Amino acid sequence: MNPPVSALNLRGAATRIVFAEQDRFLARDIQRLSGANLSRCFHCRTCGNGCPFIRHMDYPPNGVIRLVQFGMRQQALESHTIWICVGCHTCSVQCPMGIDIAAIMATLRRLALEEGAMIAETNILDFHREVLHSIKQYGRAHKLGIMLRYKARVRQWFADLDVGLRMLAKRKMDLKASRVKAINEITRLFIPYWKR
Amino acid sequence: MPGSGHHLTDLSYYPGCSLESSARESNISLMEAAGILGLNLIELEDWNCCGSSSANILDKEIAFSLAVRNLSLAPPDRPLMVMCPRCLYHLREAHQRLSREPETLRAQERRWGRPISLDLSIIHFLEVLVRLGPARLKQGLVRNLNGLKFVPYYGCTLFRPPALRQGTYYQGELGNVLTMLGGVPLNKALTHRCCGSFLSAARADVVTPLVNEILASAVAVGAECLVTSCAMCQLNLEIRSTWEPRLPIFHFSEILALALGAEDYEGWFSRHLVDPRPLLAARNLIA
Ligand code: SF4
Ligand code: SF4
Repeated sequence: MNPPVSALNLRGAATRIVFAEQDRFLARDIQRLSGANLSRCFHCRTCGNGCPFIRHMDYPPNGVIRLVQFGMRQQALESHTIWICVGCHTCSVQCPMGIDIAAIMATLRRLALEEGAMIAETNILDFHREVLHSIKQYGRAHKLGIMLRYKARVRQWFADLDVGLRMLAKRKMDLKASRVKAINEITRLFIPYWKR
Repeated sequence: MPGSGHHLTDLSYYPGCSLESSARESNISLMEAAGILGLNLIELEDWNCCGSSSANILDKEIAFSLAVRNLSLAPPDRPLMVMCPRCLYHLREAHQRLSREPETLRAQERRWGRPISLDLSIIHFLEVLVRLGPARLKQGLVRNLNGLKFVPYYGCTLFRPPALRQGTYYQGELGNVLTMLGGVPLNKALTHRCCGSFLSAARADVVTPLVNEILASAVAVGAECLVTSCAMCQLNLEIRSTWEPRLPIFHFSEILALALGAEDYEGWFSRHLVDPRPLLAARNLIA
């Protein structure tokens, strides 16, 4: 179990923040891209109290907001929190200031990918990639295919084998993928427009 | 939706990837229940994935277009009914964006070569039931649920994301419907706690304690089972829990169809990883 997270865990008290070196426009950018008004956050920490996944995060949800407010771009984009967040909106529902925190996390994930930041949770990203691959191929998510390709990618064939076998035994995972007939309509989405 | 509550006989139906495969028992029992209630569910012709969490995380535009393709396939003259809360969310969100952005709407109509109706109503099965009204449900009641004690487990998504707050609020209806059919809802459990979603695949270590906590809260209030409207929740609660004794996790449609007198339940219940049949037999609900 991870140690409890404090209000703003900046990985040890020794972290010195030199404001002149931070990204002054980060808060403005995230605000525009996510549509969430994060300057209204007064760090009451309600969001962290409700988040079911907080134990597995390196920063609590309001900690990520703090990073953004401070312009600490790298720390925000490389945090585990943005990938552990599943977008369950528990925090967004509870926030007294009506801030859609899940939207902020989504925006940070997008920037992390676009800017090639170091991804803190590569397994989670790999899983998403396999889901998207399946959608590209069949137009629908084919669970068995996703799990097999995911396992190959992360090279953990035996982790979770029992659950997989039980699901197969109950025919919870189909061998054959269900497909969209007009699959070219789907695959076309994945080709840049200038190549179509 | 065009017209009023009297109009609810023909509905377009969007199953989604889970109900099509891993949660087929939910699909079959839903069809059964709908048939008994006089609803005609017409599966959306050649539907595709709603966009899913993963596509939304990796590429919002592709995810948006995926959702919109489904909307372009829906005939405008009847409501589009969705069962999976996450699919409902993605489809509604995309629909809202189309009404906000006329130029995006035109671009998407050109892309798919089909018109997209901004008046299309996208509704959840629970909304359909509420609009049908209690009389219709009571009329169809064949097997009284006999005081079956259940936790109505909504999960995190149904009717909750901020983007969807404008609509009528159908929160609590899962419990109401099953109360009408003779069940006893126990609400003081973790009814809205997230099931762990996709982390179940990539970070099972995160999800197991969470799922156990949900089940423990249900046991603590004396529940015999959980009833959920989300296929992903159902799966996560079944495969990730290590809590003993195992509580059965039902799809809402299964319990509904059972109460309405459906007979082919063997086929659904045998697909569960936690066998619910002993509980139902003890309650004299199945032979
Ligand atoms: S609940 Fe809202 S206001 Fe409070 S800390 Fe979280 S984001 Fe800030
Ligand atoms: S949306 Fe993300 S940060 Fe908010 S409660 Fe859910 S997992 Fe936690």
